[in-house]
Amino acid sequence: MSIEVAPMVTSAPAPQPLRTHLAAPTVPSDKPHALEAPSTKITVKDLRFYYRNFEAVKGVSLALHDKRVTAFIGPSGCGKSTLLRCLNRIYELYPHQRATGEVLIDGRNILDPREDLNLLRARVGMVFQKPTPFPMSIYDNIAFGIRLYENLPAQDLDERVEQALRRAALWDEAKDKLKESGLSLSGGQQQRLCIARAVAVKPEVLLLDEPCSALDPISTQRIEELIAELKSDYCIVIVTHNMQQAARSSDYTAFMYLGELIEFAETEPMFTHPKMRQTEDYITGRFG
Amino acid sequence: MTIYARRRTVNFVILTLSYAATAAGLIVLFMILGSLLWNGVPALGATLFTQTTPPPGSQGGLLNAIFGSVVMTAAATAFGTPIGILTGTYLAEFGRGSQLAPVVRFVNDILLSAPSIIIGLFVYEVMVVPMGHFSAWAGVVALAIIVIPVVVRTTENVLVLVPASLREAASALGTPQWKVVVKVIYRAAVQGMLTGAMLAVARIAGETAPLLFTALNNQFWSGNMNGPMANLPVVIFQFAMSPYADWQVLAWGGAALITFTILFLNILARWVASRGSFSQ
Repeated sequence: MSIEVAPMVTSAPAPQPLRTHLAAPTVPSDKPHALEAPSTKITVKDLRFYYRNFEAVKGVSLALHDKRVTAFIGPSGCGKSTLLRCLNRIYELYPHQRATGEVLIDGRNILDPREDLNLLRARVGMVFQKPTPFPMSIYDNIAFGIRLYENLPAQDLDERVEQALRRAALWDEAKDKLKESGLSLSGGQQQRLCIARAVAVKPEVLLLDEPCSALDPISTQRIEELIAELKSDYCIVIVTHNMQQAARSSDYTAFMYLGELIEFAETEPMFTHPKMRQTEDYITGRFG
Repeated sequence: MTIYARRRTVNFVILTLSYAATAAGLIVLFMILGSLLWNGVPALGATLFTQTTPPPGSQGGLLNAIFGSVVMTAAATAFGTPIGILTGTYLAEFGRGSQLAPVVRFVNDILLSAPSIIIGLFVYEVMVVPMGHFSAWAGVVALAIIVIPVVVRTTENVLVLVPASLREAASALGTPQWKVVVKVIYRAAVQGMLTGAMLAVARIAGETAPLLFTALNNQFWSGNMNGPMANLPVVIFQFAMSPYADWQVLAWGGAALITFTILFLNILARWVASRGSFSQ
């Protein structure tokens, strides 16, 4: 069964063996999307990330699939959020942060400085740990992003806002107070508002950086249901501290430790039979 | 138990000192407001607003000085606030990590603490001397120079208080940076920015020294920005120092007028900002 060995970080030119691995007959057939072959959306090649001189991500290579959920897990400071933040280059807001290597989205290296940052971010949506509604009405929170790239008549805009809110399962709660401040919503509702805002601009990739860590269990469950539903349209990457969440909501899991990708495989096999000792120690709670 | 007893004693002492310090500040404030009310309000008759400054011994008001103060304060705020906001925005948003920003910040801090009489002398040299006469425009420039550093400081301070997560969230949608700043960050900071502008207005409304060298004063009604113009601070200065009782009464009236106008403007600005913003 050597074919099942997960691609290892530093050694492998990742994508190739990964696809072989995914094509292996171990894909659980009870999943509704199992018949559809996963296609690679994002390929990360030898990605290294530096905060000034500190190397936070040490040569990670992996492939992320379209219409699948990939979870990044690992103890605090392992570089999983940093890796996520490379996928839309949001780190460039800060001086002294830089990345080397390649991140190919549909074959184009988005780390190339010539790549238009704003267009990239319009394609790669992101939801953050803490809900971040803009200081404006619920309606404008959603419309803000749409207006950036599309000039729609009011009626179409209304429709798009409704669609996005429905998508994020927030419509029923918000439809009667679209003119109220986004900050008037509860924490869980605010987070769903942020997801609605992200999907409203019709991105191709959705990055979720610990989206539930500030939420109570019921809100968390709603977000997870939402992720399961959104999966049919997007390549979703989620960073989480919560192992159960990774196990419940992801198709693939990447375990990172001290800036390195230790193991990357399908979620179910990984959680039942981790290949690496460190992965096993982490998911069984022996450290981290 | 001795540790606990000592802690209680220390707590008591510190609390007492804190209350005493607060009381000292408030007592002075209320003494000022009280004496202004006591001496100033009786002077606030209709003639104060309808007649110009009189010669000693005759009836008059402060109309020309009120007009001059309003015009010059408004013009100085109109010129100084946008420059201050833009500079503060540069420092907080666009200049982060640049080498220029710390220099600008340092220079601004020097300007902020520069004695206003120096600013008056500066404008006297660069405007009044070449023009050959005192003018309201020179007063406006001097006041605007005082406005700028105040607004720069407060703008930068309130903008850096806006959480980085909001910037990230807006940028993550593919928003150009200027739009992140104008549409999201300003909205989150509007109340603080308005407070900064109000602080600047309050500061220049009572400035006397820079106007002595620039707009000077005018005994008569004048709407000419190219000539000397009356204004409340200089009139208060002149009338309060005079030996004439009726001038002194007018000075009290002017002082009360400035103080309570500023108080009112501050309250109004806060009320408007709290209604206009979407912050909780």
